[in-house]
Amino acid sequence: MHKLKAITPLGSDSPRIDTIGALTISEGVDSALASVAARAGQETAVRDLLAEKLSLSLPDVGRSADAAPLAAFWSAPEQWMITAPHDTHELLASELKAVLGDAASVVEQTDGWCRFDVIGDTLEDLFERLSNAPIRTMGASSVRRTTVEHVGVFLWRLSETHVAVFGPRSSAASLHHGLISVAKSIA
Amino acid sequence: MLIDHPLLGLRDAQEFTYLGDASLINRPDWQAENAAQAFHDYLYLRDNPAGEHRELWFHEQGDRSWLVVTRNTLTHEILKVELARDVAKAAGKAD
Repeated sequence: MHKLKAITPLGSDSPRIDTIGALTISEGVDSALASVAARAGQETAVRDLLAEKLSLSLPDVGRSADAAPLAAFWSAPEQWMITAPHDTHELLASELKAVLGDAASVVEQTDGWCRFDVIGDTLEDLFERLSNAPIRTMGASSVRRTTVEHVGVFLWRLSETHVAVFGPRSSAASLHHGLISVAKSIA
Repeated sequence: MLIDHPLLGLRDAQEFTYLGDASLINRPDWQAENAAQAFHDYLYLRDNPAGEHRELWFHEQGDRSWLVVTRNTLTHEILKVELARDVAKAAGKAD
């Protein structure tokens, strides 16, 4: 077995954390991700199975739901992204597939995405400059897919002062550059 | 230009990509007697109206749904937006 060493989306040994003005932007490496897409006519079955077996009530359009340690956000009609802590749910996709069987298609997503957690009082100033999302009217638990720095992302508002940004892992540095540049300009 | 997505509300056109005439949904039956002629017409013949036009748009930077957008090509006014799968279902083209 080769001695493989995991690196973060930005290519380092440890997650990067920047504090600029009132904002802290940290690279998140502890989320496991899997997408769940209900197969034709199976949406109700998928909702029932996840509610019954995992106490996870799947959210409607543009919303997220929390059932710690799991959380889910809406990504497309009859399709959701499920997140969980990587340490305890490294095999999240197989765990979900075991619950859902043929009712849904489940795809491992963990290594496809990078996550940046933006925390601070001025995050609305940041995101209104970076994206066309109406961040000031996006309440807690709302999720929107849009673009930031020409990169397609999910913006997930976890609370008034916390937004998680999910973007393609291969564009992590571009996305990080956009976040840092604007954070500096409003600091 | 804003497109009134049936699920997500008004979204900027920069989030979408354009495919073409919505008649592309009506793919001919490849086993029909006149399949060669039907596919010729499907592939090459388009109406090019100055006025109302039904078009397929893809919400690439959003929920990845296909939409049928009815747009006036003279004024760019968007008159109606439907999910393409609802249109296909209504036409008996999908389950």
